[in-house]
Amino acid sequence: MSGAIRAIFAASALLLATASTALAASEADYKAAYAAAEAANKEAGALRNQWTTTASTLSAAKKAGDAGDFDTAVAQAKEAEALAKASIFQATSEKERWKDMEVR
Amino acid sequence: MTRRLAIRAAIATFALGMLACGPARAADSVDPAADKAAFQKFFTSKFPKLKLEDFVNGPYSMNEDLHKQWEEKEQFPPYEFSLEAGKEMFTTPFKNGKTYADCFPNKGIGIRQNYPYFDEKEGKVVTLELALNRCREANGEAPFSYVKDDMAALTAYMAFTSRGKPMDIQIPNDPRALQAYQKGKEYFYTRRGQLNFSCATCHIQSPGERIRAEVLAPALGILNAMPIYRSEWSGMGTTSRRFTTCNSQIRGVPLNPQDDEYRNLEYYLSYVSNGLPISGPGARP
Ligand code: HEC
Repeated sequence: MSGAIRAIFAASALLLATASTALAASEADYKAAYAAAEAANKEAGALRNQWTTTASTLSAAKKAGDAGDFDTAVAQAKEAEALAKASIFQATSEKERWKDMEVR
Repeated sequence: MTRRLAIRAAIATFALGMLACGPARAADSVDPAADKAAFQKFFTSKFPKLKLEDFVNGPYSMNEDLHKQWEEKEQFPPYEFSLEAGKEMFTTPFKNGKTYADCFPNKGIGIRQNYPYFDEKEGKVVTLELALNRCREANGEAPFSYVKDDMAALTAYMAFTSRGKPMDIQIPNDPRALQAYQKGKEYFYTRRGQLNFSCATCHIQSPGERIRAEVLAPALGILNAMPIYRSEWSGMGTTSRRFTTCNSQIRGVPLNPQDDEYRNLEYYLSYVSNGLPISGPGARP
C-alpha cells in the first residue's frame, strides 16, 4: 500500500516538473484548481484524515496566486488536490484494512 | 489531465493489490478481555526478559543501558518542579472556595488508574484531563490548555498519588462503551498521514528501535507514565500533547485534544494495559 501511495507522489512530482512547459496559466485557472483542491481537502477533513502536506501545498499555491505567479499557483494547487485525494483514498481503504495490523 | 490519469493508474494498481490480499476477515465480535490477553502476550513474548510491570517505563524499558539512564534520572527527576506546582494547584481553593478534591472520588487521591472511564450518562469516554477541565468550569474557572504546563502539572500530581496502583479500566455492560472501545482500537491501528503509519507501526511493530535519535516506546503500558518530562520538549507533556505530536510527525493533521477519537483511543490503550502499574509522572530522554 505505501508503495502505491508513493507511486502516486512520484507520478505527481514528475508531472509537476513537466507542467511548467505547458501554456501560461491564468488567474481563472488558478482559482478553479485551488477550489478543487480545497474541496478535496474538505472531504478529507470530514473523514478526519487531512495531511499536513496538503495544507502546506495549498498555502504555497495561495502565496503564488497572490503574487500573480499563476503557473506555479496552478501547479501547486494541483499537487495539493492530488495529496488530498490520496488522503481520502487512504482513509477509505483503511476502513477495513486496519484489521490486518491488529494483534490477536 | 495526464496527471490525473497517472494517479488513476496508481490507484488502480493499488486496488488490484488489495484484491490479491483476499477477502477481509469475517465480521468480528468485540471482545476486550481477549484483546487484552493477546496484546499483553504479544509484548511479553517479544521481550521475554522484561517483567510485565517494566513496560511502563517506555523507551527506558527497552534495554539495560537505557534502564540505567532511567535509574540515574530518577535520582533528580526533572518533573519534580511540575509535581510540586501540581500539588500546590490541586490544594489551592478556586475563587468559590471549592477545590479539585470536591470533583473527584476519594478527593482525587490515588485514582489515576481508573481513568479514562466510560460515563454512562454522557454515553462517552471521560479522560482525566477532560474531568479536570470540567471541574474547573463547573467551579467558574477557565479551562486549561490540554497541551500545556498547567494541565501537565495537575495530572502529574494525580498520577504521583497513584503510583504503583495497577491500571484498572472498566468497560461497563453498555453497547456504547464497547463501541467506544472498538473505535479506539480502530484508531490505533489505522494508517494515516502522508507517511501512511498507524500508531501500531511504530509502537507495536518497532518498539525498542530507533527513529532519528529516539527509541520507540512499546504500546503496552504506554500511558501509565503520563504525563512525561521530555528533554526534547525541555518541559512536560500531557497525553493530549503526545497524541497530537505523534499524529503530526507522520504528516497527519492532528485532531483537537479531547476530540472523541482521542478519548476512545485513550480508553482502548489504557484498557489493554490493565494490571500494569501507574508510574507517572515520567521522564524521557
Ligand atoms: C513515526 C512513528 C510514530 C507513530 C506512527 C506514532 N508514534 Fe508515538 N511516539 C513516537 C516517538 C518517536 C515517540 C518518543 C519516543 C518514545 O517514547 O517512544 C513516541 C512517544 C509516544 C508516547 C509516549 C511514550 C513514552 O513512554 O514516552 C505515546 C503515549 C505515544 N507515542 C502514543 C502514540 C499514539 C497513540 C500514536 C497513534 C496516534 C502514535 N504514538 C504514533 C513515534 C511514533
